[in-house]
Amino acid sequence: MWCPDWPLTAAGVGHDEAAAVVVANRVVASSLAAWHDGVVRGLRRREAQGRCPSLRVLAADPAQEARAFEPVVAAVESFAPRVEVTRPGQCALATRGPSRYFGGDEALARAIADRVRAVAWCDATAAPEPGVSTGADAAGCVGDSAVAAPGVGAAMPVRVGVADGAFAATLAARATTDDEPVRVVAPGTTAAFLAPFPIGALNRPELADLLTRLGIRTLGDFAALPAADVLARFGVDGSHAHRLARGVDERPLSSRRPPPELAVQCELDPPANRVDIAAFAAKGLAEELHHRLSSRGLACTRVLVEAETEHGERLARLWRHDGALTAAAMAERVRWQLDGWLAGAAPGRGGADADVDGIVDVTAGLTLLRLVPDEVKADNGRALGFWGGVADADERAARALARLQGMLGPDAVTTGVLSGGRNPDEHVHLVRWGDPREPARPGAPGGAPVRADGRVEVPPWPGRLQPPAPATVHRPATPAELVDAAGEQVAVTGRGMVPTEPARLRVDGGVWVDVVAWAGPWPVDERWWDPASHRRRARFQVALHTGAAHLVTVEGGRWWVEASYD
Amino acid sequence: MALAGAREATHLHDVVARTRPVARADDQLLPVTTAFEGLLPWAGLRRGATVAVSGVAATSLALALAAGASRAGSWCVAVGLPSLGLAAAVEAGIELARFPMVAASSTGHQWASVVAAVVDAFDIVLVRPPGRVGATDARRLTARARERGAVLVSVGVPWEGADVRLAVRDVAWHGLGRGHGHLGARHVDVTAEGRGAAARPRRASLWLPDADGEVRRAVERRTDLHRETTAAEAACRRSPGPAVGRRGVRVAG
Repeated sequence: MWCPDWPLTAAGVGHDEAAAVVVANRVVASSLAAWHDGVVRGLRRREAQGRCPSLRVLAADPAQEARAFEPVVAAVESFAPRVEVTRPGQCALATRGPSRYFGGDEALARAIADRVRAVAWCDATAAPEPGVSTGADAAGCVGDSAVAAPGVGAAMPVRVGVADGAFAATLAARATTDDEPVRVVAPGTTAAFLAPFPIGALNRPELADLLTRLGIRTLGDFAALPAADVLARFGVDGSHAHRLARGVDERPLSSRRPPPELAVQCELDPPANRVDIAAFAAKGLAEELHHRLSSRGLACTRVLVEAETEHGERLARLWRHDGALTAAAMAERVRWQLDGWLAGAAPGRGGADADVDGIVDVTAGLTLLRLVPDEVKADNGRALGFWGGVADADERAARALARLQGMLGPDAVTTGVLSGGRNPDEHVHLVRWGDPREPARPGAPGGAPVRADGRVEVPPWPGRLQPPAPATVHRPATPAELVDAAGEQVAVTGRGMVPTEPARLRVDGGVWVDVVAWAGPWPVDERWWDPASHRRRARFQVALHTGAAHLVTVEGGRWWVEASYD
Repeated sequence: MALAGAREATHLHDVVARTRPVARADDQLLPVTTAFEGLLPWAGLRRGATVAVSGVAATSLALALAAGASRAGSWCVAVGLPSLGLAAAVEAGIELARFPMVAASSTGHQWASVVAAVVDAFDIVLVRPPGRVGATDARRLTARARERGAVLVSVGVPWEGADVRLAVRDVAWHGLGRGHGHLGARHVDVTAEGRGAAARPRRASLWLPDADGEVRRAVERRTDLHRETTAAEAACRRSPGPAVGRRGVRVAG
């Protein structure tokens, strides 16, 4: 089952409103109204705003998407156990059992779509709705239903596709329309159904690019190649893609049920009733599970997240991933899931959900968290240095930092990323240790250039200070006084001139120190289009007779030390 | 198949442990940039040593000290230096991906346990204690650093019993005039004294950094220094200041 434009739905955007969700400056989802204005996936943000000036641009929030999706998964789960969430907005389930009970795949798919729509209706008033995609096990079928929960009262799209294998079912769900939200591919005809799809549907851009250049443009063309030749030319991944194109179940052949002792769990004492506390424990758990698996040469493709609460409620949910789940990816999924459960328990939400079957209300803090690797395969991943050496040091450092985060709180350990900006405090973006190291703004000195449309772009940040960079950056700036020889405060005129020379500087009410050299003013008038972040100031460098040097600024008639060259 | 591979991996691990070469003398030394040669009593930064850096340019000097090892793959960490300018760290040559920052609380006892925890895992630990470090804490942390082979660098605050005390004296900036130019090169005199091998005082004059952003030894002879200084000034004049035009720039971003 698949919900189109789930990120928008989760953000609570109505279909009549023009909105788009962007990741890394690219549109990943756009509302119907925005789509009519030509805002499509992959467009750059600026361009999208150009096409649709009233566009509401939203940043992607995977946690919120997963949280909003939780009621939908619960609704789908009322049809059959072991629903797999592929990602927020899409889930899959095996249809063999339930479709016999409901009288066929089509009837089941419609029932799922109706149920999800009902959930969406009742949730739309309280919170935005999620979408679900259902996939099937080996011989099963996949339902794909998409639910978009627009504002109150609007109809929510739910798409369900049924086919042999989750990949075909996902494409079947995407092949549906608003009028006909259910598509059932008859057993055995999956290969024929897949044949006309473009090669890009495999979601392997590099492979698709190569195949297109070789003249292979559809899945049918690709499937017609001999399997042995595909393996020889394109390797294991290519062979996997070939199996998908042929409509053979995508599960890796070598996958199997892992022994139960691989599961990891931890008890939470005191019980965790906040997501961040539980998520922090989950991170350690995910790392431990990953370590256990990798020491056996295994990688996890599907993980079962289980939790128990103080009141004895048991929660469980499957998450799967196309490739192997890394420790960080696993921890992220666990955090999303915990978010979904614990946010569902928040006051004010219960009323709407209570009517829906299958939703377990969490009434107390979590006392137990367990991760069970549900499906594993041999990991043919990476090799470590023979002498341990560097990898060993990396692991030791990571362990110590995790311990410190436990001791001082997760925000106490940060790592800096070079970032674009004009002032020393903007040159470095501090991110919490363990979060992805991404700059706040592009254009870091010496950083990787931003590629767009094949061109290399490095934002120039005119007015940035010359190296050397100050070794101390005061956040926030320290108040200071800069006076001329007569003891009058140095002023900067509107035309950027300094009528009198700076003679003495006093930092934060300390002692007066003589200025031996100075330069400036270097005026900056930043973000004048945005009243909230507009700043207009003039910067100076001053060297004092003690040998100290500072970057001082005047803003609104007051002097500040922004950074020190110490 | 996978399990057989895992068994093999475990076996390989044992072999690695058995055949690992014994610690060699240069394993005990972390590399430093050439500017520090002759200033430290060792040919690098000896693991387990404690260094106290003080003076006007203490932070820059501490970053330059850690840069050589960081570039060679060591992990460094800053504890209790929330206002450290990481752009300066990058310019000094520190790899940011291996340089986390830990915000230490101001309470003395917890501060000591935080430092003890990082000393266990990192090669170079830059610390700025919230106040003067008590003799007991200093002794305990110094002993721990020695045992774990970490280098403890106290930035801007005296450290009782430090192996080496580096002090920055006589700072001179080049490139900045009265109303023109910009800060470009810094010439500093550094003195080193300490205990044991470092008992004999040493002195060196450094560019921290020079006009090209490099930290290096300055020449000692007065005439040569004059020539270098002039060159530094000229280099700064060649690169214009940050503002474009007197009115400044209306800039996007």
